[in-house]
Amino acid sequence: MTLDLSRWQFAITTIYHFFFVPLTLGLGWFIAIMETMYVRYGDETYKRMAKFWGKLFLINFAMGVVTGIVQEFQFGMNWSEYSRYVGDIFGAPLAIEALLAFFLESTFLGIWIFGWDQLSKGLHAAAIWLVVIGSNLSALFILLANGWMQHPVGYVIKEAAGRAELVDFTALVFNPRGWYLFWHTISSGFTTAAFFVLGISAYHLIRKQNLQVFQPSFRLAAIIGIIASIMVGLAGHAQGIYLREVQPMAAAASEAHWDTADPAPFSVIALFDSTGKREIWSLKIPKVLSLLYYFKLEGEVQGINQLQAEYAARYGPGDYIPLVALDYWMFRIMVGVGLLMIAIAAYSLYLPLRNWPEKWTRWLKWMIWVVALPYIANTSGWILTETGRQPWIVHGLLKTIDGVSPLKPGLVWMSLIGFTLIYALLMVANIYLLIKFMKAGPAATDSESIAPTNAGGKD
Amino acid sequence: MHFNTIWFLLIAVLYIGFFFLEGFDFGVGMLLPFLGKNDTERRTIINTIGPHWDGNEVWLLTAGGATFAAFPHWYATMFSGFYAAFFLLLLALILRGVAFEFRSKDENPKWRSLWDWAIFFGSLLPSLLLGVAFANLVQGVPINADMTYTGTFWTLLNPFGLLGGLLTIAAFILHGAVFLSLKTSGELTERARTTARKVWFQVVVLGFLVLISSNFTTNIQARLGVYKGLIPIFAIVAILLAGFFIRRKMEGWAFAMTGLFPRVMVSSLNPKWSLTIYNASSSPYTLKVMTIVGLIFIPIVLIYQGWSYWIFRKRITNDPKTLTY
Repeated sequence: MTLDLSRWQFAITTIYHFFFVPLTLGLGWFIAIMETMYVRYGDETYKRMAKFWGKLFLINFAMGVVTGIVQEFQFGMNWSEYSRYVGDIFGAPLAIEALLAFFLESTFLGIWIFGWDQLSKGLHAAAIWLVVIGSNLSALFILLANGWMQHPVGYVIKEAAGRAELVDFTALVFNPRGWYLFWHTISSGFTTAAFFVLGISAYHLIRKQNLQVFQPSFRLAAIIGIIASIMVGLAGHAQGIYLREVQPMAAAASEAHWDTADPAPFSVIALFDSTGKREIWSLKIPKVLSLLYYFKLEGEVQGINQLQAEYAARYGPGDYIPLVALDYWMFRIMVGVGLLMIAIAAYSLYLPLRNWPEKWTRWLKWMIWVVALPYIANTSGWILTETGRQPWIVHGLLKTIDGVSPLKPGLVWMSLIGFTLIYALLMVANIYLLIKFMKAGPAATDSESIAPTNAGGKD
Repeated sequence: MHFNTIWFLLIAVLYIGFFFLEGFDFGVGMLLPFLGKNDTERRTIINTIGPHWDGNEVWLLTAGGATFAAFPHWYATMFSGFYAAFFLLLLALILRGVAFEFRSKDENPKWRSLWDWAIFFGSLLPSLLLGVAFANLVQGVPINADMTYTGTFWTLLNPFGLLGGLLTIAAFILHGAVFLSLKTSGELTERARTTARKVWFQVVVLGFLVLISSNFTTNIQARLGVYKGLIPIFAIVAILLAGFFIRRKMEGWAFAMTGLFPRVMVSSLNPKWSLTIYNASSSPYTLKVMTIVGLIFIPIVLIYQGWSYWIFRKRITNDPKTLTY
């Protein structure tokens, strides 16, 4: 019971936290670029742009920060046995994240918010760049930590101490699994920000408001959007190929690939029974899975059934199959939405070349809703990554069931309900403020500060 | 020096840094609804800590992360053992964190009042809980041979723990009031000064009680080599010196941490089951790596955080046009 509750709590708090993180990662770059343009060219429009997107950034950032505190503490709270077993290794990137990244981003964000009049233009722009560096460094270290759970490296098992211990810090820092996750996540952060900016700019372009702010915003977002969404796909595919090598079970589950085959067929669509671990029907194209993994029409891809037998022989009897139906569909949702975003970004890049925005009102109306797309892809991607690793908490090293804290279920019920409720309430407040400031648009003149008290006064 | 000792010191530095820095902004948060008589004044109060509170809070996050990296068993035992307390702490910090950002974003008085109280409780509860938790660390809590905490949330709310919590609240309020008297102007400054004078006495009394009762409930004084017969004299001297020490609650925490050494969590069931810097620690290799990282980056952090205080060193006026939050 405690295990299931703790897993639900981790899932809810982590997915919720990751609603805010990608936008912080990506939008920071937008603002830094805009403010740098302001410093370079002295055009007040860039400053208005930076301030407008900055306002939305700050609301989102606050949500990311407070939900991040939970992440830092809940390994010890809910996963104490995990923390004891791998703390020697896993704790290091977490502590480094706090020391290198959290201090940097929070201190310089404070300076940025309050320092418009206290600092020179150049120093002020430098502050937002340091925030961007801080938040991206933070992503790197937490993903190296996660990468280690997916593909543990640089450790030995000390039987006497009853735990895993770090022997090679550089292996941890250069773990390819972590770097694949980093590139995939950072580029999806850029994509999230690009679609956020595209959607909100479209809202104003339709109404022909503040064109001097939203036309360049839209263009910048379209350029970054197309590059980033293609990068997400490339990084994702490279990661998938590596996944087959180091976490073949997760890879096989994401493709519902049951039996080892050479060449291996690609499952286009599949239906599962209620256990989620048995297939009822599927449509397969021969040889294509091998093509995806090897770029040629042959190559062995291990199947779920053979891997289960192999793991049972190596680790002892047990069920080593993740929830295939979930992983299969999360993977397809993520990839499908990802491809759709590439198409939309490409079209958005092409749009401004034609007479716009007059002729494109209908398209722009749709563009408001595409803001949701990256959130769907980000969430399904993480559900795939984290559930695809099950039943392991650290792949091949420690099972999730052995990592949980010895807590009474009542305690975890309390925190699960408490976090869920407060997160739901905060989401309402967050969306209310985002919509309010999104609609209000940029300040008319520069006299207004970054967090004005009356920006939404028109509503 | 042994890496285990270095890390005990570094974590002490992080917690002391947190209590010192976040201490005054918790205090400011607790004073907010009472010292700020109207919206502009409340905004002024919030703006005094506006650029700093988030950076200050990172000291706690880093202390948590460093505890995980250097003393995984301490991290695991304390966070899972004090589960309900940490859950409440997190709820409070979540509400407090968004409150600073959200409050100024809408003019509705109800909206603002809601977030004002979020800031108040979000500052009060962590002060109480952290004070209680630290008092219990020193006093000892039921920890069994497997390093698992066997008490409940209520176990922590013993007289010494509560006394520690109250002292923390009072000390933070005092520090917050002193900070406000330095950063605001006009009437607000006067009110903050008056508050500081009032709270000062309560801090002295609570500090005295904690000092006396620590003699009976903990062995930190014996460990520090304080002769028992000297305690009353020591206490009187402490009170006399309180005016000097009061703004330096760092020493208080340093004192508690030194008394704890080399233990990090005392077991009340059996002294042998206490967590120490040796049995709770990471491997020498990890400690070495983390020492290098820590010794490089902690000074850098101190430099740029110090710089941020220097940038915003001026007093804040009650002029709505100049207020950011």
